[in-house]
Amino acid sequence: MISFYLNGRMQHVDAEPHLSVLDLLRERLNQTGTKEGCASGDCGACTVAIGEVDADGRLHYHSANACIMPAHQLAGRHLVTVEGISHGDELHPCQAAMVEHHGSQCGFCTPGIVMSLFTLHEHQVQQPAPLTPQRLEAALGGNLCRCTGYRPIRDAALAMHDTPGFRPAWLDDLSLADALATDVGGPGATPNERNVASRGAETANASGFYQPRSLADLVALRQRFPEARLVAGGTDLWLEVTQQLKDLPQVIDVTRVAELLTVESAADDLGRSGVWIGAAVTYSRLEPLFAEHYPAFAHLLHRLGSGQVRNRGTLGGNVANASPIGDTPPVLLALDARLRLTGPGGSRTLAASEFFLGYRDTALGDDEVLEAIFLPHLANDQQLKVWKLSKRREDDISAVLGAFSWRVVGGRLADVRLAFGGMAAIPARATGAEAALEGKPADSASLGAVSEALAQDFTPMSDVRGSSEYRQDAAAALLERLLLVIASSAQGAAQNATSPGASSADARDHSDTLATEVMLHAYAH
Amino acid sequence: MRTLTDLPTPPSDTTERHNADATAAHSFSGSSARHESAVKHVTGRAAYIDDLALPSDALHLAVGLSPKAHGRITAMHLDEVRRAPGVVDVISVADVPGHTDIGPVFPGDPIMADQEVLYAGQVMFCVAATSHRAARQAVTKARIEIDELPVSLDPMAAVDAGDLVRPTHRQQSGDWEAALADAHHVVEGEQFIGGQEHFYLEGQACVAHPTEDEGVMVHTSNQHPSETQKLIAEVLNIPFHAVTVEVRRMGGGFGGKETQASPWACLAALVARRTGKSCRIRLPRGDDMKVTGKRHPFHNRYRLGIDAAGVISGGDISVTGDCGYSPDLSDAIVDRAMFHADNAYSLGQARVTGHRARTHTASNTAFRGFGGPQGMMVIEAAMEDIARQVGEDPLTVRKRNFYRQGRDTTHYGQTVDQIALLHTLVERLEADSDYWARRRAIADFNARSPVIRKGLALTPVKFGISFTAQHLNQAGALLHVYTDGSVLINHGGIEMGQGLHTKICQVVARELGLELSSVRISASRTDKVPNTSPTAASSGADLNGQAARDAADKLKQRLFDFAAEHYQLDRHEMRLERGELIAGIAGSEQRIAWGTLIQDAYLGRVSLSEKGFYATPLIHYDRHSGQGRPFYYFAFGAAVAEVSVDTLSGEYQVDRVDILHDVGDSLNPAIDVGQVEGGFIQGMGWLTSEELKWNDSGQLTSTGPATYKIPAYGDLPATFKVQLMEGHPNSMASIYRSKAVGEPPFMLGMSVWCALRDALASLTDYRHAVRLDTPATPERVMQAARKARHIAASTALRTAQASPGAPSGDTSP
Repeated sequence: MISFYLNGRMQHVDAEPHLSVLDLLRERLNQTGTKEGCASGDCGACTVAIGEVDADGRLHYHSANACIMPAHQLAGRHLVTVEGISHGDELHPCQAAMVEHHGSQCGFCTPGIVMSLFTLHEHQVQQPAPLTPQRLEAALGGNLCRCTGYRPIRDAALAMHDTPGFRPAWLDDLSLADALATDVGGPGATPNERNVASRGAETANASGFYQPRSLADLVALRQRFPEARLVAGGTDLWLEVTQQLKDLPQVIDVTRVAELLTVESAADDLGRSGVWIGAAVTYSRLEPLFAEHYPAFAHLLHRLGSGQVRNRGTLGGNVANASPIGDTPPVLLALDARLRLTGPGGSRTLAASEFFLGYRDTALGDDEVLEAIFLPHLANDQQLKVWKLSKRREDDISAVLGAFSWRVVGGRLADVRLAFGGMAAIPARATGAEAALEGKPADSASLGAVSEALAQDFTPMSDVRGSSEYRQDAAAALLERLLLVIASSAQGAAQNATSPGASSADARDHSDTLATEVMLHAYAH
Repeated sequence: MRTLTDLPTPPSDTTERHNADATAAHSFSGSSARHESAVKHVTGRAAYIDDLALPSDALHLAVGLSPKAHGRITAMHLDEVRRAPGVVDVISVADVPGHTDIGPVFPGDPIMADQEVLYAGQVMFCVAATSHRAARQAVTKARIEIDELPVSLDPMAAVDAGDLVRPTHRQQSGDWEAALADAHHVVEGEQFIGGQEHFYLEGQACVAHPTEDEGVMVHTSNQHPSETQKLIAEVLNIPFHAVTVEVRRMGGGFGGKETQASPWACLAALVARRTGKSCRIRLPRGDDMKVTGKRHPFHNRYRLGIDAAGVISGGDISVTGDCGYSPDLSDAIVDRAMFHADNAYSLGQARVTGHRARTHTASNTAFRGFGGPQGMMVIEAAMEDIARQVGEDPLTVRKRNFYRQGRDTTHYGQTVDQIALLHTLVERLEADSDYWARRRAIADFNARSPVIRKGLALTPVKFGISFTAQHLNQAGALLHVYTDGSVLINHGGIEMGQGLHTKICQVVARELGLELSSVRISASRTDKVPNTSPTAASSGADLNGQAARDAADKLKQRLFDFAAEHYQLDRHEMRLERGELIAGIAGSEQRIAWGTLIQDAYLGRVSLSEKGFYATPLIHYDRHSGQGRPFYYFAFGAAVAEVSVDTLSGEYQVDRVDILHDVGDSLNPAIDVGQVEGGFIQGMGWLTSEELKWNDSGQLTSTGPATYKIPAYGDLPATFKVQLMEGHPNSMASIYRSKAVGEPPFMLGMSVWCALRDALASLTDYRHAVRLDTPATPERVMQAARKARHIAASTALRTAQASPGAPSGDTSP
């Protein structure tokens, strides 16, 4: 039994573990306003808003693709759909703005666009901030429209805050958050209630969908149901349900495991300072942290999936999924990240580079879970660049992704780590190319030697995203760009050295300015 | 593909001018009424096929697809499929009572594979089950045995082998061989133009209900319900009048539901009749992309003679459409590519040849522009090539080659009307977009920037309006006025998002002097307006608008006759305005309210129902001679695109686009701007990010939005200025002198591709044009940039060797 709220009203439904929110809506609840465009989380036609009670006790809404969201994850949440935000012909401001600006043509993508605009609108109501192009792109980049060319949708997004309209009463009803927290065992429940909810999860075992609240429970469930699939955002696993038509008899949801939801500054087992990120922390939650500490990584996040995917998808999922074209593993390799794996026998920590063994094969034991990822802080003189090549800038999977970290010590390159996705069966470092750069003068490293070494490092494959030759050439082009950036940075540092008081931060800023000259603005960081 | 820094705020955007609340800012006679379904769209209340409620015992269909591209079927083991949970019926071609070939114009499309498979993705069997998922899961239980045969995937090899779906066609004007022989210089080239997946957001879908008298009632997402009605009747072996096909709206069509919506309707109707139950079929995205045809990929070749100024004297162009396994609409599509190989330029004495190659892929089909875009790409490529050859700006070369007085006849013998409009439009855009100042700024920028290069291009569009199959240029309408004064109009066109129903309501409201809210359109149905043409070829408003106007006008005349007699009013000067019948002239006007008029007319036993009809005049084309006037008129437009290219990585962004487009006297400026913008972005996607990929076995590998990338929100150019050309009503008597707008703007996207080539040419100091096949993905742009650098380097080397004193690397003359 799943208990949740739909457009302000309590619902209790039974569902098999693999049922998606979209099929629940369309096939069980006869709510057909939410559309299926692809059933793979790539078009946004099924976008809904999910309200969760946050630490402040208030409901916060984020957009999600209903087609790849497990229906059971609705437990204790408020599901808002396109049917719920208007009243007769009284339209929510985002709907009114869409009508006024001619934002719909065939109308099929429109419910999804409306729900993306709705979440943006509610964020603005709760926390007004300038609607920058980046924010609009983050809000709308996951909604494909084949008719309009998006201009009128942009106009609607910019105008909706000045457009009068209808606001559902539940948006301002604080008791709804209380009801969710208590009635249906949400995260705001008291410890005692949480125990009740936890027992509730146990009694729900009949459904085969398990929602443990603690790491110990998670590990125990993993032992008890070795065949069960782990799910967090569902952005990959649910494709097996919708595309390969698999029924999943047992699913363990890691998104409510308290230990997997933490982000804390601490040292790793090697004594390096940094941040431990729980495996079930979503990309969206990581954005502010990355923006502060790893701007290059934050920039990559803007191009990883869509807003709907980043709201549900997790760093841990991307790592454990071990796709050779996952966006984040090369960055973890470049940063020399560490992973904590936990099983019945306790925890162990290993380097990210030791985790990826073969195509979709990892060091994770059958009874283990990925608990957390450690990212060391960047050293003062350490540089990180992450460059992703894809056919479309937004919401695309990379053909090649390069993540590069280096330091310059005494004018020479040191600790060079060149990690790539899309070049091998696993995300991997270009060890030959690294060796060709290590210790070389920063202002005159030879491209030829590096390219030759790179050609030995990888033998990429041809597929729908790019040919083998292209991947090889593109990876070399990224290294050529890297050498340009390093050389101009070295020249900038040399100039800065002549002006006393220049800090390494200045040097980094300078390198960013120069980098834009060898990169397009839309891709630069 | 846009910068993150300089997005303008829309209130200053020129496109704002055409919004509904700013109708005073333009001179068009049509108003910017909102889409008739806008409120339903945004509230989720607009119903699409998969949203329709069904009886509880309804069945759901799924299809089993051939995994092989070519072979002989030796066995289909479907017992496991029949035994799968929820399965009620499983059919293959042997179960079809009537016709098994559902080719729309020419035969060649079996409803399900018959002994052989001709492409990977061909439908082999169909399963009916109690749920959509059960039907799909059952399909996976099939065991198919196929003796594989050689797979043909290369259209050029097919042409060489004479493997064509339809005969080759030629158009010729004058002595092209002499023109080439006498030319000052000959430019030649080849290009590959990739296909395009329609990616309508609503996939193929249909519901069929069995009805009395052995018939079916069919709801389908479909651009051509009359053809679907015919095919269903033939498949079921029942008369056409036993089949009713209804389309309320489509979640996008773009040509992909002109012929390719029929198979699903036929299957659903077949199972509905076999089982006596309502049936729904909707193709999951992956199946949809594998089964249905796409925009034709084309291989084009050209040899053009030019004079010293770069003006074309004549030449030879050949276009080869990759048609897939069957003819479908390919004859007309390749014809249209040939009709548009000139775009806006006189070809002089030219021969244009069109081949229709057969390959073992899905049968390629209609897609916005219908071959026209692929044809135009030949001459737009040539314009850039000529410009580099003669050392002039491509815009200068384009303008020199425009149709003009004395060079105003196409290679198929049609005189180009409104030449002055083409010249005026381009000159205005050239000025409004600040083309020449930007050209200088870009040259300066590129001289200083080794990696990032900017490109600029202005490309025109001249697109012929009419179905080239003459008989399709007809339309019907059915108008009812009810006794409360409300008006219902039906017509033969289909609403697919293009705003056709809105425009038709506007036409009727305008003719009857009513508020738009008094006029409504219900679904398009074959039992209301029969024997309709597809909603295609941009013709929807032109044809159906005239038919609706005809019906409204006939009814109006009848009401005038009645009013003159009943109210004893002067029939002369009688008119319908603002909800009233007005007789007499200013000062002595007499007015009868519409509601009163209708009540009295009803009581007076006057028919309040009328049908309308329209057939486009003047058009003809003789296939034997390749000459005629296939088009009633031409629609024009032009776009200027500016791009920035990372010549190391092949990444690029579109920085700015300016468009000026001709819609005659607009029926609805807001809707027309929407068509222009949407068409441009779709055309840009076709030429940039949308890449169809097949493996060596002929299986499509780009089968969903994860691997096939249509433009997303961020691809909207940072600066996007779109204007409609004002003050130039259609010179032909189209509906209120408006012009068709569905397809022409699609080809404005060519400006982006030409701008990319311009940026690449900068690597050779604008001396060489570099071939850039499409879609111009970062992969292709990177390869082209490497080639351009290689050309520049070898040119520099030759220069250095020729004049030993010159510094190496200096390419200046």
